[in-house]
Amino acid sequence: MARPTMSRALQRRETVTGYLFMLPSLIFFLGFVVIPMIICIFLSLTNANMHDKSLFGSFIGLSNFTSLFRDETFLEALKNTFLIVIVSVPAVCAFSLWVSSAIYKMKGPMLSAFRCIFYLPVVTGSVAVTVVWKWMYDNYNGIFNYVLKGAGLIEQNINWLGDSKFALWCIILILFTTSVGQPIVLYVSALGNVDQTLIEAAEVDGANGLQVFWKVKWPQIMPTTLYILVITTINSFQCFALIQLLTKGGSGTNTVMYYIYYTAFKLTEQAGHFGYANAMGVILAICIGLLSAVQFKLAEEK
Amino acid sequence: MKMKKVLALALAAAMSLSMAACGSSSGGSSAGQPSTGGSSASQPGSSAGQSTPTPASGPELSLWTYPIGDWGKEDKVKAITDAFTADTGIPVKVEYLAYADGDDKVNSAITANAAPDLIMEGPERLVTNWGDKGYLVDLSDMFDDTDKNEINAAAMAACTHSNGAVYEYPLVITAHCMAINLNAFKEAGADQYLDLENHTWTTENFIKAVDALYAKYNAPVGAVYCKGQGGDQGTRALVNNLYGGTFATSSHDKYTWDDPLNVKALEQLKSMNGIVFDASLEGGDEIAKFYQGILKMAFCWNIAQQLNPNQADTGAGKTISGEDIVFMGFPSESGTPALQGGIWGFGIFNNGDDAKVEAAKTFIEWMCDSEHTVDAVKTANYFAARSAAEGTDLSSIWADNEVMNEYQVLMPYLGDYYQVTKGWAGARTEWWNMLQKVGEGADIAETVATYAANANAAAAS
Amino acid sequence: MKIESGGNRAYKVISLVVLIVLAVLFLFPLYWIVTGAFKTGEDIYNPELVWFPTEWVMTNFDKLFAQRSAPLWEIFLPFGSFFNNGEKVVLTAGPVSPAAFRWLINAVFMCGTAMVLTCLTAAMAGYALAKKRFTGRALIFSLIVCAMALPKQVILVPLLKEMALLKLYDSLWAVIFPTVGWPFGVFLMKQFSESIPGEILEAARIDGASELRTFSTVVMPMIKPGIGALAIFTFINCWNDYFMQLVMLASSTNFTMPLGIATLQAETTIDTGLLMAGATLAAAPIIIVFLMFQKYFTQGITMGAVKG
Repeated sequence: MARPTMSRALQRRETVTGYLFMLPSLIFFLGFVVIPMIICIFLSLTNANMHDKSLFGSFIGLSNFTSLFRDETFLEALKNTFLIVIVSVPAVCAFSLWVSSAIYKMKGPMLSAFRCIFYLPVVTGSVAVTVVWKWMYDNYNGIFNYVLKGAGLIEQNINWLGDSKFALWCIILILFTTSVGQPIVLYVSALGNVDQTLIEAAEVDGANGLQVFWKVKWPQIMPTTLYILVITTINSFQCFALIQLLTKGGSGTNTVMYYIYYTAFKLTEQAGHFGYANAMGVILAICIGLLSAVQFKLAEEK
Repeated sequence: MKMKKVLALALAAAMSLSMAACGSSSGGSSAGQPSTGGSSASQPGSSAGQSTPTPASGPELSLWTYPIGDWGKEDKVKAITDAFTADTGIPVKVEYLAYADGDDKVNSAITANAAPDLIMEGPERLVTNWGDKGYLVDLSDMFDDTDKNEINAAAMAACTHSNGAVYEYPLVITAHCMAINLNAFKEAGADQYLDLENHTWTTENFIKAVDALYAKYNAPVGAVYCKGQGGDQGTRALVNNLYGGTFATSSHDKYTWDDPLNVKALEQLKSMNGIVFDASLEGGDEIAKFYQGILKMAFCWNIAQQLNPNQADTGAGKTISGEDIVFMGFPSESGTPALQGGIWGFGIFNNGDDAKVEAAKTFIEWMCDSEHTVDAVKTANYFAARSAAEGTDLSSIWADNEVMNEYQVLMPYLGDYYQVTKGWAGARTEWWNMLQKVGEGADIAETVATYAANANAAAAS
Repeated sequence: MKIESGGNRAYKVISLVVLIVLAVLFLFPLYWIVTGAFKTGEDIYNPELVWFPTEWVMTNFDKLFAQRSAPLWEIFLPFGSFFNNGEKVVLTAGPVSPAAFRWLINAVFMCGTAMVLTCLTAAMAGYALAKKRFTGRALIFSLIVCAMALPKQVILVPLLKEMALLKLYDSLWAVIFPTVGWPFGVFLMKQFSESIPGEILEAARIDGASELRTFSTVVMPMIKPGIGALAIFTFINCWNDYFMQLVMLASSTNFTMPLGIATLQAETTIDTGLLMAGATLAAAPIIIVFLMFQKYFTQGITMGAVKG
């Protein structure tokens, strides 16, 4: 009966070495993500305030949450946040899949040129991109109005960022251009790795291009698709710079991410209401946690 | 193989950079001192590049300033703070805030226990906000009877909190006004509606002028900007003056902007083709558009802008292409506008260090109540908030400046400084949100009533 | 191989045309930044759009460099503030130069440090998660997965308070540490390490190699492409993390290039040419880094994902 003791010793060894390898990463992860998150959950149940000398105010139960769901600004922000995710994630996936299937058979230099170009908006940097799009959207001397007016498509200048009919879509468009780079890179190689013999077999059976795609290629690139869903979702939640630099949450572009910052630090009568801001953070975290869980469940099933 | 080389190169580059720059982020910063104390180069006696731990002759003061005239320009401010340091031995580190995100910066610094020692802004922030919340030092012991006599009474009142504490030492004042592009007005034949002598006009003439300009340019010529609170004094003054509405009670305890006269003004503005409600602009953007000649009038204007339009250093009273800018009072039915005052000065954050508070008071005294006040005022491009300081006459410091002299005609129109009404920060937010809604075509009377009620509710709580 | 039908060829031509149009559109913002940076004011504000600068000028850069100044670098005595009345002790300060250069140095330092730290810690942790069957592994992994998509705004206030407590507020470390803590790197590295055959590790163990030795000589070479991908990924993310920079950095000497440009655009003097000059400077380094490592990046990033 030496085996169980052996494996217990081995298990202990595995645990010790495992944690030693995890240690450097865990310090940062626990210290700068998990612990702040726990504090955030705790603060969301208090009336903590910037003006109090103590960090923690007094415990007020769930009343931050109940007032949040009566706060129209918050509800609008929540709606916008999910609108951004729901629109941009499928759009990015579909677009990048199409681009990749159009370019993946190209010759080396052509392929890398296209890949590079679609990746450039990502590496131009969020602030630089935002600054130039702001100029392009400009109501008075932006290129959009100039071109559309010149082409006779519009008669009056459109106030892209100042009109709630357009502003959120303008932001989604920028987010879109800065999101498709990585999915294209991924899809190109996933499509390149699709088993050729299966494709040929399907073609021999008389399948047309579309059928080959759905029956043969699509199942094989499924893991990549799921991975792309995950990273695009992450990306869609990182649109703070766009909101802050373009509209400041006005014209119907408020998001939860921006509203948290606004509640915490903007000079309003509610400024520094940390309990309230953290309650929003908790709600957002729960939503994102659920979303991730669903995506990973899907991934595991595949 | 190649990969290894490139990686090694990158690592080496990163390491050497980290050695070069590690100081910029050393963990040794103290919580009470938000700015890195490293500007050894700006201190006398220690030239750049020397490896001496500068023995500062006093604690270094940090000053955060909003762009108040040329107090937002490094070269101008450095000249005056260097003179102060040479005089007193107290080093000063200046950070420049923007109106767009300066408030957030100050608030997050307060949260991180790293507020600056000195801050330069107006009473609407210093008194009604940070002072009211107890972050600032009461300066009332800095004013003796002579000072109280010399300082403009309205400015003094605005800098005093209802609890009696003085949270701001006023340096400069002005009247906010609007501006027009004279060349464009002449081209459109609209200059006949202007009283260029007194720099005033009537509501009727304003409407005719906008129509004439619109007929000429077939594009909006003026923007009711409402992206945020930046420069909102302009939109408030425009709406209030058109038909004589008010913004708040004279006792500064309630907002009255749901006045039917204001509703009428908003309806008038909304109905005009030449005026656009623009939620993509703030005051600063509007000035830029006006300076570029796109808009033909700016509602966010004052003497500092007139002296240096868009702070672009391209000459007083000229647009980018050299067209003439004329400052005007806001149009009103009688032709006598009630202009909004601007008051700016210094406040001291209480960071729990008495030595720093003392040093900060020395700084304020040097800037606001000494023979150097002339320079501090001139840097701001506004009028002095006092008639004289320590025997130096301040009322005629701009005597040789034609533009400033001409601007004096507007000063008598200075109206109530209502920016210290209770709940001011909240009311500002309600105001621009309301303008956005009006711009989107919501029912004006209803919208105005809702947002004014919100502002009053916030003020009452 | 196969004779293409006419429809198929037409589709190919059309899609190539569409692709080229799209590529031009994707390139355009960058073109607009760079040309805008070198245009004169008249070109920029001309109501008739000027597609190509009539004259290439440096005035926008001159104006940018004249805006603010800062010592090119500063090296502090660590914890010097404890024995100098709370003031930092400056060991050496570089020559005073336009602040934009300092912002560049700060940004590269910040992203470089975050990159190195992330790669090191994530490679170790990812390996452990993939290959070590230790207790609590499942819990840690699900924590990582849940936290991966978390926007930093959620933990804004606690993080700021924490940085104040650690006296890191207004220093680049306040941006670096949370970036390193962000668990995406660990996740990515775990995906890579999964592919290491167990037999090789077993063989190394039988040879008597220590854990650390196994990691550095066997594991590291096998996950190198992944590390390359993670490195560039972290660098870009850190550079683009405007939010953390905005909240954590207060002094203009500690600004990074993106934050500096955003701050300039927030000021009342809105000068498009100047902003484009700044944007050019802010975009150039990261584009150069990308083009240099491009090959490894595409390699690494696909390997990790396709295994996913």
